[in-house]
Amino acid sequence: MSETIETDALIVGAGPAGLFAVFELGLLDIRAHVIDILPRAGGQCSELYPEKPIYDIPGHPLVTGQGLTDNLLEQIKPFNPTFHFNEMVETLTPTGTPEQPSFEVTTDAGTKFKAKVVFVAAGGGSFQPKKPPIAGIDAYENKSVFYAVRRMEDFRDRDVVIVGGGDSALDWTLNLQPIAKSLTLVHRRDQFRAAPHSVNALQEHIAAKRVDFRLGQVTAIEGVDGELSSVTIRGNDNVDTVVSAHRMMPFFGLTMKLGPVADWGLNLHENLVPVDTEKFETNHPGIFAIGDINTYPGKLKLILCGFHEAALAAQKAHRYIFPDKKLLFQYTTSSTNLQKKLGV
Amino acid sequence: MVKTSLYDQANRYGAEPGGGAPTKAKITFVDSHGQARTVEGETGSTVMETARRNDIPEIPAECGGACACATCHVYVDEAWVEKAGKPSQMEEDMLDFAFDVKPNSRLSCQITVRPELDGLVVTTPSQQG
Repeated sequence: MSETIETDALIVGAGPAGLFAVFELGLLDIRAHVIDILPRAGGQCSELYPEKPIYDIPGHPLVTGQGLTDNLLEQIKPFNPTFHFNEMVETLTPTGTPEQPSFEVTTDAGTKFKAKVVFVAAGGGSFQPKKPPIAGIDAYENKSVFYAVRRMEDFRDRDVVIVGGGDSALDWTLNLQPIAKSLTLVHRRDQFRAAPHSVNALQEHIAAKRVDFRLGQVTAIEGVDGELSSVTIRGNDNVDTVVSAHRMMPFFGLTMKLGPVADWGLNLHENLVPVDTEKFETNHPGIFAIGDINTYPGKLKLILCGFHEAALAAQKAHRYIFPDKKLLFQYTTSSTNLQKKLGV
Repeated sequence: MVKTSLYDQANRYGAEPGGGAPTKAKITFVDSHGQARTVEGETGSTVMETARRNDIPEIPAECGGACACATCHVYVDEAWVEKAGKPSQMEEDMLDFAFDVKPNSRLSCQITVRPELDGLVVTTPSQQG
């Protein structure tokens, strides 16, 4: 992963604004790479409300979050963007000049990019696992408390406690049970919002006492130097029980955190990035911010505003990337040049 | 706390379903430190929207009212539990992603302000996300 990927534009965030930026940049012959912390495109649309109808996308009286994402992916296909999922941009370092910007970007997976312009389309920030309010949990994270499994072997022959009742909690209960020394599942109720076959498999494990199911919540953890030794489970009957635990995995879904965007030297106003309304550029030349992450007088956090912002930002990006080319304004309805790019 | 998106979208339309002048209902939000703030909610809007319009802390409501994030979790004062009603199946499922859920837990985006809720008291948890 040491090779640096060179690209004209790097888009941070694969939500609707980021996806449509691929389109607007593509019409101007600017190729893009897109990074997102989630495993798929769509941002909030796919993560929070894939099945919910959206009524205010121009030309679409009704479209679901997933439907809009699918349509955008279809629309940007001719421009063949490269997606980097499950990665979060950590550092963004300017290396160029205000007239000829250039940036070095690294992700938490170690991928390195060199980009001429950066579009920050990060919405509310990055989706990260919710951390339960247990005193001292920070010291255990990534040592013995995990929000995702990176190496199954870390759980072999350990006393494992999993908290939650959704698909992630059940999937990992079922996957880790065969290799763990013991597996305790803690959930607030005896119903599970997960795939029926997972629920059935879990019920069999519970009946056979291969999984110790406890109704309640984890209220305290104990251990030394980040290594867990036990957790305290407060039952729904308000009785505390201490259970041996070497590993714990809480699954409470995802939350949006601004994350590393705050460290990129951009001006911030209440966790939003101020931009101008001509180019949607930040205080740093060559870094644009579009969609829910930006702010300006009159800003509305609407998907359609993100689309407009992407179109205008792309115009300025063209001037940075092709300083000698004159930009001719064209319509996709009439321009054979644009239609050729779109493959129609 | 990240201020988010869809709520503002709901706020933009702001209108009452069914037309007619909205009536008001007083709602008291008690934060996790015990500080109470009483504000007026418009009937037809939700308790979550009322909180956001009045800058009530500890209700980030990340998904903007789609019942998809469990970050508008509140505890309904015991005296109001019955009037506020029970969570739907969808809301009950989403409460799995809230912390320290109790029998009087609700997601405030799923409680519609109604005249009979005038005086409602809810408490917010210290941590939502």
